[in-house]
Amino acid sequence: MKILEKLKKSTQKIIGPVADTVSKYAKKVITPVVNLYKKLNKPTKKLIRTETVILALFAVVSVMESSGNLTSLMKGLLVPVCAYSLVAVGLNLCVGYLGELSLGHAGFMCVGAFTSALFSRTFQDVIPDVPRFIIALVLGTAVAALFGFLIAIPVLRLSGDYLAIVTLAFGEIIKNVINVLYVGKDSKGLHFSMKDQMSLNMDLDGMMLINGPQGITGTPRQSTFLIAVLLLMLALIVTHNFVHSRTGRAVMAIRDNQIAAETVGLPVTKYKLVAFTLSAAIAGVGGVLYAHNINSLTATTNNFGYNMSIMILVYVVLGGIGNFSGSVIAAVVLTMLPELLRGLSTYRMLIYSIVLIGLMLFNWAPGILKWREAHGLNATAIIGRFKKKEVQ
Amino acid sequence: MKKKALSLVLSAAMMTSLFVGCGNGSAGSSESVDTSGELTWRIGGIGPITGGAAQYGQGVMNAIQLAVDEVNEAGGINGYQISFNFQDDEADQQKSVNAYNTLKDWGMQILEGTVTSGAGQAVAAETYADRMFMLTPSASSPDVINGHDNVYQVCFSDPNQGAVSADYIADNKLATKVGVIYDSSDPYSSGVYQTFATEAKAKGLDIVASEAFTADSKTDFTTQLQKCKDAGADLLFLPFYYTEGSIVLTQANQMGYKPTMFGVDGFDGLLTVENFDAKLAEGVYLLTPFAADSQDEATKKFVSAYEEKFGGTPNQFAADAYDGIYILKEALEAANLTPEASNEEICDALIAGLQKVNYNGLTGEGMTWNEKGEVSKAPKAVVIKDGAYASVD
Amino acid sequence: MHRVYIYERELTFMGFLTYLINGLSLGSVYALIALGYTMVYGIAKMLNFAHGDVIMIGAYLVFMCMSNSGMPAVVSIVISIVCCTALGMIIEKIAYKPLRKATNLAVLITAIGVSYFLQNMALMIFGSNPVSFTSVIKWEGISLAGGNLKITGNAIVTIVTCIVIMVVLMWFVKNTKPGQAMRAVSEDKDAAILMGINVNATISLTFAIGSGLAAVAGALLCSSYPSLTPYTGSMPGIKAFTAAVFGGIGSIPGALIGGLLLGVIEIFAKAYISSQLADAIVFTVLIIVLLVKPTGILGKQIKEKV
Repeated sequence: MKILEKLKKSTQKIIGPVADTVSKYAKKVITPVVNLYKKLNKPTKKLIRTETVILALFAVVSVMESSGNLTSLMKGLLVPVCAYSLVAVGLNLCVGYLGELSLGHAGFMCVGAFTSALFSRTFQDVIPDVPRFIIALVLGTAVAALFGFLIAIPVLRLSGDYLAIVTLAFGEIIKNVINVLYVGKDSKGLHFSMKDQMSLNMDLDGMMLINGPQGITGTPRQSTFLIAVLLLMLALIVTHNFVHSRTGRAVMAIRDNQIAAETVGLPVTKYKLVAFTLSAAIAGVGGVLYAHNINSLTATTNNFGYNMSIMILVYVVLGGIGNFSGSVIAAVVLTMLPELLRGLSTYRMLIYSIVLIGLMLFNWAPGILKWREAHGLNATAIIGRFKKKEVQ
Repeated sequence: MKKKALSLVLSAAMMTSLFVGCGNGSAGSSESVDTSGELTWRIGGIGPITGGAAQYGQGVMNAIQLAVDEVNEAGGINGYQISFNFQDDEADQQKSVNAYNTLKDWGMQILEGTVTSGAGQAVAAETYADRMFMLTPSASSPDVINGHDNVYQVCFSDPNQGAVSADYIADNKLATKVGVIYDSSDPYSSGVYQTFATEAKAKGLDIVASEAFTADSKTDFTTQLQKCKDAGADLLFLPFYYTEGSIVLTQANQMGYKPTMFGVDGFDGLLTVENFDAKLAEGVYLLTPFAADSQDEATKKFVSAYEEKFGGTPNQFAADAYDGIYILKEALEAANLTPEASNEEICDALIAGLQKVNYNGLTGEGMTWNEKGEVSKAPKAVVIKDGAYASVD
Repeated sequence: MHRVYIYERELTFMGFLTYLINGLSLGSVYALIALGYTMVYGIAKMLNFAHGDVIMIGAYLVFMCMSNSGMPAVVSIVISIVCCTALGMIIEKIAYKPLRKATNLAVLITAIGVSYFLQNMALMIFGSNPVSFTSVIKWEGISLAGGNLKITGNAIVTIVTCIVIMVVLMWFVKNTKPGQAMRAVSEDKDAAILMGINVNATISLTFAIGSGLAAVAGALLCSSYPSLTPYTGSMPGIKAFTAAVFGGIGSIPGALIGGLLLGVIEIFAKAYISSQLADAIVFTVLIIVLLVKPTGILGKQIKEKV
């Protein structure tokens, strides 16, 4: 017994100071962080929470992946889910803050995807992997932004559904033009045609880079979950900063009342252009990720046409207009949903459509919202109940 | 408040979906045998069973199911039953890769898919990396097999068809002025067109008009037909599927334009389109390895079994898919493998084995494969006479 | 030499006329579909993306009655109109009405959900295999200029039907009680309520008319372009939506003009510029028109008041 007590005392002697210093330093570090967090305004707090959740999910998924607990399906979906989330965040900036409905964001995704894939494919043997991917990413984003800018100049003169249809038109034009592009490379250099493969007149050793509707085959597969998550987090920070910057506030003022904004002397066109271009650039990043995750890239109605534009709009509306983290969640859920319904075979898409209608009614119908409030089925009530329990 | 409610509901949905996803990754859509515990061959299939290309995928799914049931009834392959799982890809690359991953989670050992070429290119890259054997019934683009030693085709490839068509037209002097209508947004259609055009030039055929259409405007062909007519084309080469084919024939008839029509293997199925006036198809040439009204025993048995079980007449896609299972069976039996072998062992054995196979099936006699994965069978031209295929030779 | 030259010029002119008539025929179908979009938009301020799929259902119904049950074409179309009208009202009741006070975007997304639902429902019921639609018009058409110019019966009937429906509809909206109620709701919903107009009933009526027209459009669409699958409606739907915006969304004559122009431009682009790039050309023209006239050709310019 005595020995034990002695041991206890001696350990206390050793550990005690260590523990004290640790807790002291911990306090020194944590308290300011906590205080800093408390001082932040609400939106910033929300951003930090979202980023933390994404990081936590990333950590969980990575651990599951390395321990072999993640199904191949989930592994395969990680990058596409992030790509769609990015495009949804981009579109949300346009719909939620600029207040303009765009039905052509898949077009910007398409531009980003094809530009970057073309670059990667052309310089596959010339530039080493890492710098090449970085250049491809920057290039894809920049060209998507450029397209966004060029398209925004005429488009933003319109409003409402007319603007929507013009963005849809641009998206379709982009898809259509890419489908008739033939680009090849041989010893003599690059060849280009808008008719067919034969008119390229290439040497026999030539390599097709873009083969019309067959698109780009053999893009190096470089998008990883880590890169995708980092880009998504970066996009959330950028959009958050933008929305809460001077420009962002001006954009919102224009959304709420353009005439008033003009009267105050805001350069309306400039601010709108900036917002739209940024929105297109983020969609382009999504495209780069998408392109470098799949061996064969083609532009069809379902992956880069109006169907995809509409799908992304669904993410935005379901996730909450103006709510970036909501867009991410909706993109994740709605991409996963049809995959998880695979067990239903041919009934899959039918059930999916019913769930979609149901979710929309549940979340938006005024009558149902009232009913939910009355029966304590909305978020505040649910969170409230948890909080009470904690106190007790 | 509303937004919060929304994100809460959604996060809840996401969490459940994640968990469901982890636990339930192996749920199959058309599993034929419950395999709990019992060792079986696990063969997967991928193709569109919803979306615009659904009719091709459903034919393949049904035909494989039919073949699998027959093989199982007859004792399986090397004494082991086959379990079969078919996944939908809506003919989209990304969804096809998702379908492939789903099948991998299910424990697939051999893939019989994909149905379409675009999806096939994306999935072939995956199977190549995973060393999974892939036999596609109908993805005919050379890009599907190029650079992938593990991918084999049951159907003949696009360049093959384009060249054979041009040769046939030139050698039999069907026409000198040729008009082409093709789907510029479809890899299959534009692939066949390109090789056709190259070969036609070499053979001295004069292509007087080459008109495209796209997936977004594939119901109105009056303009393309009018241009071919104005250019004086006396033969139309139509490398696309029978759905559009039936419209082209109807509209040409309405215009009173009657050139020789020459389709490729996509035209097979034309006569089975419900309510289609077969008179319009009279005299149409097409390439096909399979005819549903053929009189040999095997075809008759397959067609009647298919009609009885699923309704509707099987097309060439279905026949290729049906053959696919028997081709796999022959190669697996020759290699004397059991399902205990790893995917890689099966893949290597099948790569070597398929090059030794000499198979007589619905879609050809004495089919053999080269090391690139191409099948030897030659596309054969038939002409439609009295509502049935007639050999032209 | 000279005579040959004249003959060729004549032939080119005949070609031009043929393209024009084909374009008008295609445009009439777009116009009929656009009508459904425009009326619903004018009154409920929503884009009914499921409209194209109601057309597909309508066409299937005509097909079932006519080819499978052997009924005469007129009876088949009437049955299809009745069923589609009912379908349109049911969709409105279940999917759109609960969201009337929510944001427009929410209804838009629900409409997309309904569109997916109808497509997949049709896939379940009718199967994925295409069916060849027998034309509801038995007339062969007329042949002019010694056979160089052939106008099909389908084209003539489609164009005439489209114009007749348009005129009747304009009269209906202008001169009848329910029509006036529609105009009132479209101009100011709240004021209309104060005037004792039953807004719900008016919106239901609009959906009923739009969906009934969809059945007619479906029959005519598939008569000219005779392949029917569960996805037949979606592309003409998008094109017709474009046509409606082109002509000025909310305007009935606008739908006619927009539809016809779109059809003619599409055919001319294919015939004279490039068949590969026809879609891109159509959309480019649309963009240019909207930049010159930001509310479409016949759209009302609403001045925003401060």
